[in-house]
Amino acid sequence: MADAVRESPVTTLDERPAPARPKRQRSSLAKREGRAAYLFLAPWFVGMGLITIGPILGSLYLSFTQYSLLQPPEWIGLDNFQRMLEDERLHAALRVTFTYVFVSVPLQLALALALAFFLDKGVRGLTIYRSVYYLPSLLGSSVAIAILWRQIFGTEGLINQLLALVGIQGQGWVSHPDHALSTLIVLNVWTFGSPMVIFLAGLRQIPTMYYEAADVDGASGFTKFWRITIPLLTPIIFFNLVLQIIGSFQTFTQAFIVSGGTGGPADSTLFYTLYVYQRGFGSFEMGYASALAWFLLVVIAGFTAINFLAAKRWVHYGD
Amino acid sequence: MATDIDNISDVTTGTRGPTKIRRPAERRRRLLKHALLILFGFIMLYPLLWMLSSSFKPSDVIFREPSLIPSVFDFSNYSRGWTALARPFHHYMFNSAVIVVASVIGNLLTCSMAAYAFARLEFRGKKWFFAAMLATIMLPIHVVIVPQYILFSELDWINTYYPLIVPKFLATDAFFIFLMVQFIRGLPRELDDAARIDGCGHVRIYWRVIMPLCTPALATTAIFTFIWVWNDFYSQLIFLTDPDLYTVPVALRTFVDSQGESAWGPLFAMSLVALGPIFGFFLAGQRYLVRGIATTGIK
Repeated sequence: MADAVRESPVTTLDERPAPARPKRQRSSLAKREGRAAYLFLAPWFVGMGLITIGPILGSLYLSFTQYSLLQPPEWIGLDNFQRMLEDERLHAALRVTFTYVFVSVPLQLALALALAFFLDKGVRGLTIYRSVYYLPSLLGSSVAIAILWRQIFGTEGLINQLLALVGIQGQGWVSHPDHALSTLIVLNVWTFGSPMVIFLAGLRQIPTMYYEAADVDGASGFTKFWRITIPLLTPIIFFNLVLQIIGSFQTFTQAFIVSGGTGGPADSTLFYTLYVYQRGFGSFEMGYASALAWFLLVVIAGFTAINFLAAKRWVHYGD
Repeated sequence: MATDIDNISDVTTGTRGPTKIRRPAERRRRLLKHALLILFGFIMLYPLLWMLSSSFKPSDVIFREPSLIPSVFDFSNYSRGWTALARPFHHYMFNSAVIVVASVIGNLLTCSMAAYAFARLEFRGKKWFFAAMLATIMLPIHVVIVPQYILFSELDWINTYYPLIVPKFLATDAFFIFLMVQFIRGLPRELDDAARIDGCGHVRIYWRVIMPLCTPALATTAIFTFIWVWNDFYSQLIFLTDPDLYTVPVALRTFVDSQGESAWGPLFAMSLVALGPIFGFFLAGQRYLVRGIATTGIK
């Protein structure tokens, strides 16, 4: 399959020989193809309009209004954004979310890269290890795992039981404002499996001749890792970074379940998305919630853009 | 594939002169590596294994016993958990299953249709539409959920499964369109041409030529859709408020809020039941999962 993908005919679209047919017939053929395409895309067009673009514009409009679902939206100009400047809970939510993203994503990716590198060198039973490490990625965002986490890091939870075995007096981790967020960071790091699988696939595409050449030159393992593996892997590191940052900004379920929907204790797990939910669907301030959501979109788009700009300095795309 | 790589590396280390002399050291290093990998895997899985064993322990024992092997096997957590909520637990599993099955069908059908058009047909605005499609992969659901909620409540769809199912029949999971576009682009175009010469139209080519060849991509789509929708909490929490319509995640949340700390045993038992189908699909389809991540990831 790898071969099939490599051959992916990016060029075939333009490659088709220009048919020597009369002009009118060709254009009618093209027209038929175009019509068929729109037919195949019909569900997508409807979804794009009603489920995606419409709501994006709708929430942009609502962000300038006050709207509780009961009365029609009332235009209030920039008041929602004004309110955001003074909203202490929003600032707490931003602190929590930024801490979460910028601590857990680098840790997660470092672990993913380390294990991918460790597993890549023809370890026997690779598929089994890969599966075991990957499994948490599939489960990580489920309610069931969040419930488990709440117990593990509870006052009488697994962690404290294990600490007690070595004679350390534990504490309530999820119930302490200084530690609650760390438990969720641990949960995110625990799901390092999916970036690891992407790293593994990337490592496999590095041609062995580079390493052979380095062997001839007598390069050490460290030099090979630093001078060959890492540079050739930068596009994939970049891809994982972008993906994980975007995903982590949107974390919701874990924080909701672990804190019982409050974002507590003392707003220490008040993720941005959780705050949007509380404003929108807790107190039905749809206008303010829309303004918050749009700000999230801007923040995520901003970080993605920064990522792409910074990539020029450190990502190597072949030559 | 993994075994191939293993063999290759064995051969190369075996034929190299100096390695023969270092063999015992080499073997020790390899053993150490496996020991570390196994230990790490064990730590990774420990919470899950502990949850499994705790689901057989009486709730008061859970707090005293970090060990993995229960001193007594007690199945009462499962029976108590099953009936702890307003409806028996299989009611919620059935609700989840309805949404999941419909979502899988919707995604398979409409995402593959869109993918066929993007990968094989020429039409006006293709580039722009394709770019727009890619952009929506990254769109946070939080930005669109409020207007969607308003739209669906205008349609009187709140507390029905339509808000969860209908979007899947409108190809809104752009990730899967992208996955299938990548896959279809890898199929030789001669197949389409041959079918066209035989008089096949686009519908027949899509259904009779492309779809059968896309089985791996369709399998990846089906498995991922299953897992994501089964796990999905956010939209089910928002669109379903009638306890009769609750799905597994929403029911579990009610469980933890109502019984909370006093019923960890039954709660763990039901959490494991909730994770069961995911384990099943993971074991059955991990080949497709891994391949799916790898191909969309890199290409």
